[in-house]
Amino acid sequence: MSTLEIKDLHVSIDTEQGTKEILKGVSLTIRTGETHAIMGPNGSGKSTLASTIAGHPRYNVTGGTITLDGEDVLAMSVDERARAGLFLAMQYPVEVPGVTMTNFLRTAKTAIDGQAPALRTWTKDVKAAMQQLRIDADFAQRNVNEGFSGGEKKRVEILQLELFKPKFAVLDETDSGLDVDALKVVSEGVNRAHAAGNMGTLLITHYTRILRYIKPEFVHVFVDGQVVEEGGPELADRLEEEGYDRYAKGAGAATIAAAAAQA
Amino acid sequence: MTAEITTEKARIGAPSIAGFTEEGEGLVSAKVDHSHNHGVTVMSSRAERLTSFDVADFALPTGREEEWRFSPVRGLANLLSDTATDVDPEPAAAFTVDAPEGYVRSTLSQGAAPRGTVLTPADRAAVVASANTDEALHLVIPAEAEPAEPLRILVHGAGAGRRSNAHFVLEAGANSRSVVIVEHTGAADHNGNLEVIVGEGAKLTVISVQLWEDDAKHLGQHDAQVGKDAVYKHIAVSLGGSIVRLNSNVRFSGEGAEAELLGLYYADAGQHLEHRSFVDHNEPNCKSNVLYKGALQGKNAHTVWVGDVLIQKQALGTDSYEKNQNLVLTDGCRADSVPNLEIETGLIEGAGHASSTGRFDDEHLFYLMARGIPEEVARRLVVRGFLNEIIQQIKVPALEERLTEAVERELAATNS
Repeated sequence: MSTLEIKDLHVSIDTEQGTKEILKGVSLTIRTGETHAIMGPNGSGKSTLASTIAGHPRYNVTGGTITLDGEDVLAMSVDERARAGLFLAMQYPVEVPGVTMTNFLRTAKTAIDGQAPALRTWTKDVKAAMQQLRIDADFAQRNVNEGFSGGEKKRVEILQLELFKPKFAVLDETDSGLDVDALKVVSEGVNRAHAAGNMGTLLITHYTRILRYIKPEFVHVFVDGQVVEEGGPELADRLEEEGYDRYAKGAGAATIAAAAAQA
Repeated sequence: MTAEITTEKARIGAPSIAGFTEEGEGLVSAKVDHSHNHGVTVMSSRAERLTSFDVADFALPTGREEEWRFSPVRGLANLLSDTATDVDPEPAAAFTVDAPEGYVRSTLSQGAAPRGTVLTPADRAAVVASANTDEALHLVIPAEAEPAEPLRILVHGAGAGRRSNAHFVLEAGANSRSVVIVEHTGAADHNGNLEVIVGEGAKLTVISVQLWEDDAKHLGQHDAQVGKDAVYKHIAVSLGGSIVRLNSNVRFSGEGAEAELLGLYYADAGQHLEHRSFVDHNEPNCKSNVLYKGALQGKNAHTVWVGDVLIQKQALGTDSYEKNQNLVLTDGCRADSVPNLEIETGLIEGAGHASSTGRFDDEHLFYLMARGIPEEVARRLVVRGFLNEIIQQIKVPALEERLTEAVERELAATNS
């Protein structure tokens, strides 16, 4: 079993108006096999947490730690983190000119595993995974994300998740911009990866919609760069009914105490 | 047809690389000038461009002329002067020809056909090269011949700043199949013209490789006339040299012919690599395809592509396409890209053009690295993938390998 541990994480970004603190002391522990949902309103810092775990250079960690089985993740370069078993399904996957999906997938798999995949089974695996995610076969010859629709890009993120088999996956608003059918297809992919590899999942979302298909054991509510409440799946149900209004400024302290007691 | 200048931008952007911008972001410029025979003329027709064998007809360019506006003319004074080849103590460039016996004919003096039947100088550089080459190399691939190995002309510069003039005449006989590689190494101020006659049904590939040393300068006009049902491919590969400016032009002498003008360039800091192409659709039912791809890195790396296509009134059934794509790897580069398309008849199969200039930036790098791919591998993956489209068109394995290695060396320099 592996553990991804985030302790008192403080993160800021440089803006034209100066340094802005976005994460203000986030602590979170995820074990392989667990699914955690991080929910919160826009601008609460959810995506910053996701990008910081992956090592995006825009985010400066000013305090706290992230460790993977005791190893210092913050000391690793972006590619080292991926090779250590972390995967970020991006909210806005970029288009990479000049690199076909086939070439990209094989290169990444080789980097992550430390050796090239056996060509025969690999081609078969890719084909099968694409089929399950209802990605057209001709995507393999297209350049990475080039000209893909929003929904196609998300499916391709999950394709990578299934092929690369990380220990921990962070899904950054993978549900946004998906219609119901695509949401189902994508969720099934996440559930397959979870079941196949005993993956730990950190599901970041604004809406409860995706939780109909991916069932978290733990729900963390994120407001203004902090976890303000934690609980089980019932917390998500409550959020669906009540929204995030009750976490408006000033209401935070009491709920954190309540959450701490629950945890 | 009605004039719709406002749609031009959209048309030109349509087939571009998604995620690429047509105009880059400040450091990159892309410009589009063209008219579609709908009563709006942005610039004068390519057909009206002056051509002449008389040096006096071409004034020294100032850099303000349409055809010189992107070029660093101040650095080209030696090449643009009406000067003979520097032969002291040895010629400024050595020419070595590797071809089957009997292919090399007696040299052609000024006015000795077929010299001058296809190539008439179209700018100052070409006219002084022509005027200062008394004897032109004449290479003939006999009709029906299919030489097993590519023919080679090696041009090796003996020293930077030394003036060299050359004019080569290349004839591919009817139904012959051949590949000719013109390779440039060493350093010189080399001014070289290439005149190509492709016979009926012949298939000829000309690959002009610029692997010059850093201080070489090279100007050239490569003109081809492609016969009935013939297939001509011209590939310009420019990696070395401080200033390279090549014009690759083609026209037809019969129906059913095909021309492909391809190019690959990789400009480093301070390097100026310019490629101009002109397809003159003067015969019906011919096909042309132009594709130039370039990478840029380092301060003041400058590339230029100007692609002219003229579809004349009689060229019914023409099918043409031209595209230029640039990949900007660092700050401080400039890529100029100008497709010009003139169409004088509506009765054609197709006429398209595209131009895009994009950056390989931190977000691309982050995406690939977030999938476990180390930075250097990521960079290589992108640039190699981008340029491979041209390299794999060469189809001479040994040369493809050498050029792949040369591109890798350029890439390695990105990080230093």
